[in-house]
Amino acid sequence: MLKIKDLQAGLEGKKILQGINLEVKPGEVHAIMGPNGSGKSTLASVIAGKEEFEMTKGEITFENEDITELDPEERAHKGIFLSFQYPVEIPGVSVTNFIKTAINETRKSKGEKDMPASDMLKMIKEKADLLEIDRKFLSRSLNEGFSGGEKKRNEIFQMAMMEPKLAILDETDSGLDIDALKIVANGVNKLKSKDNAVIVITHYQRLLDYIVPDFVHVLMNGRIVKSGTKELAYELEEKGYDWIKEELV
Amino acid sequence: MSFKDKLLSSYIAFEDYLEADSPLHDLRNEAIKNFETKGFPTKKDEAWKYTSLNSLLKKDYNIFSNKEKNVELKNVRKYFLHEIDTYKIVFVDGVYNSFLSETTHDTLDVCLLSSALNKSKYKPVIEAYFNKIAKDDSLTSLNTAFTKEGAYINIPAHKEVEKPIEIINFSTGNEAAMFLQPRNLIVVSENAHVQIIERHQSLSENEVLTNSVTEIFAEKRAYMDYYKIQNDAETASLIDNTYISQERESVCRVHTFAFGGNMVRNNLNYFQKGERCDSTLKGITILENKQHVDHNTLVHHIAPNCESHQDYKGIFAENSTGVFNGKIIVEKDAQKTDAFQQNNNILIDDKATINAKPQLEIFADDVKCSHGCTIGQFDEDALFYLRSRGIGLKEARALLMYAFANTVIESVKIPELKVRINKLIANKIGVSLGFEL
Repeated sequence: MLKIKDLQAGLEGKKILQGINLEVKPGEVHAIMGPNGSGKSTLASVIAGKEEFEMTKGEITFENEDITELDPEERAHKGIFLSFQYPVEIPGVSVTNFIKTAINETRKSKGEKDMPASDMLKMIKEKADLLEIDRKFLSRSLNEGFSGGEKKRNEIFQMAMMEPKLAILDETDSGLDIDALKIVANGVNKLKSKDNAVIVITHYQRLLDYIVPDFVHVLMNGRIVKSGTKELAYELEEKGYDWIKEELV
Repeated sequence: MSFKDKLLSSYIAFEDYLEADSPLHDLRNEAIKNFETKGFPTKKDEAWKYTSLNSLLKKDYNIFSNKEKNVELKNVRKYFLHEIDTYKIVFVDGVYNSFLSETTHDTLDVCLLSSALNKSKYKPVIEAYFNKIAKDDSLTSLNTAFTKEGAYINIPAHKEVEKPIEIINFSTGNEAAMFLQPRNLIVVSENAHVQIIERHQSLSENEVLTNSVTEIFAEKRAYMDYYKIQNDAETASLIDNTYISQERESVCRVHTFAFGGNMVRNNLNYFQKGERCDSTLKGITILENKQHVDHNTLVHHIAPNCESHQDYKGIFAENSTGVFNGKIIVEKDAQKTDAFQQNNNILIDDKATINAKPQLEIFADDVKCSHGCTIGQFDEDALFYLRSRGIGLKEARALLMYAFANTVIESVKIPELKVRINKLIANKIGVSLGFEL
């Protein structure tokens, strides 16, 4: 589904990603872990198409199509979804109206008509229930005055509504208490199928107790320095990242 | 002959034609003299540094409409907020149009200044209020000299007006170029409540220049909500001079929506004369092409314990220019004043300009005054967030513009007007977002 080969990218002349190789197949869950500043969020942003990052080398293909020249909205239309670490506040636009716009703009790009209002309402209700989201919450302005946990839950709600093929969850666990974490993880698991894939970016192993990865990758200084199965996450939790550094030396 | 000379010579004929016993004779004569001495403002005047009237004054305007032109309801319906649920005072080329209007004298006066000036029963009100708060600058004086028609609104004490009042000035393009000078007088008596919507609308591509003066008196505990909708044709220009006098515990809110017109200058002046007044001045400006809008605000804190809140948002595209000149004066006696001023601007294109100038003159020592001014571009992170949800660049920008202007939109108290303004904004930024903003 997603193939990344020797990806090098940076910001304002500073190199951040120094040759990433990664392949994600349908049905898989990949976890990307690593210390602060290792390039995890940059990788997520580059896959989603953030323009301020310059890609200097390598390739990214999604379903065998080169996506490096596509705008962020075009990547979204193809089924790539990024759950943001810091979602943006949009006063005056309700969660419901925002998600309606996002879905209908995506449909428009495929030459489809707007989703009928009744279907939309039904879907909103279903997904809101799945994530235990209060109806009142849906009429509030997008992210405005939301707590950290509410913002993250709202990101996953958007993901549930947009039904992406590839979801990238960037630090979705930060700012969540254990109950909220369980609800969010449960939501992600229910949306999981053999046809879609998830990349979970996290500092801590905690989230991976609930969203169980098939593969764990360790990102350091812009490179994937170690890959393994979920046991690697436990090892990192126990020993930190220093032992990998030593191993590399 | 310059436009100034044309006005001066027209004045003699105009004044001759009025009744000899008009209470305004002396006032008019004094005003025209004042205009003659001062002339039109030029860029040399500090307050007009960024706005030039030069090219506008070169046109050969007719000062009085020569012939009446009929306006059909079906052609102008869209400019009314409501067909039934509002009072309306409608002028066509400066002349009152009774067919389109809905006035009243039933417990409150919503009618014409011409009748208030000429009928003896209104004499005490005219003597007490007319031209009492308007300044003697040249443009206001010019309007005073030629005062003939406009809206007269008098809300008696404790009256809560049940529906909004619309003041609408149409120009038909009957003359190649038309100069209009409406004059409005609004008295909101003790504890009375009123909502007013004002609009100037050109119905043709012919040139129009309007020099409007509105005097508003809010008595003790009066509440007034005033909305100015400026979305006129590209050949229409407006100089709006509004003066508001507030007595104790009154609340006056003015929202200015500047979306169109060739040149618009808003001189909005507040005078807080009693304690614990509350003044709100808010505006949204969205411009394109070569449009120019100049907001020139004055809040004069004279009495203690008053508040003022200013919030102006501007979005400037293409070659448009904006000016925000916000002056706050706090007199020595106006202790415990709480004055706040905010002016935020987004420049969309490289050639768009905003000149922002906050001025604070504070003579009291125990006050809270703050002001903030920003000029920026779109937040790239916010754009990326929206685009990553499949929303195209143009729509994403529109959503951000809407969010940016939201602090002003959400304080509009008339729901239908809010819907209308949201539609105007959506039109202005050229998007359909699939939902009612």
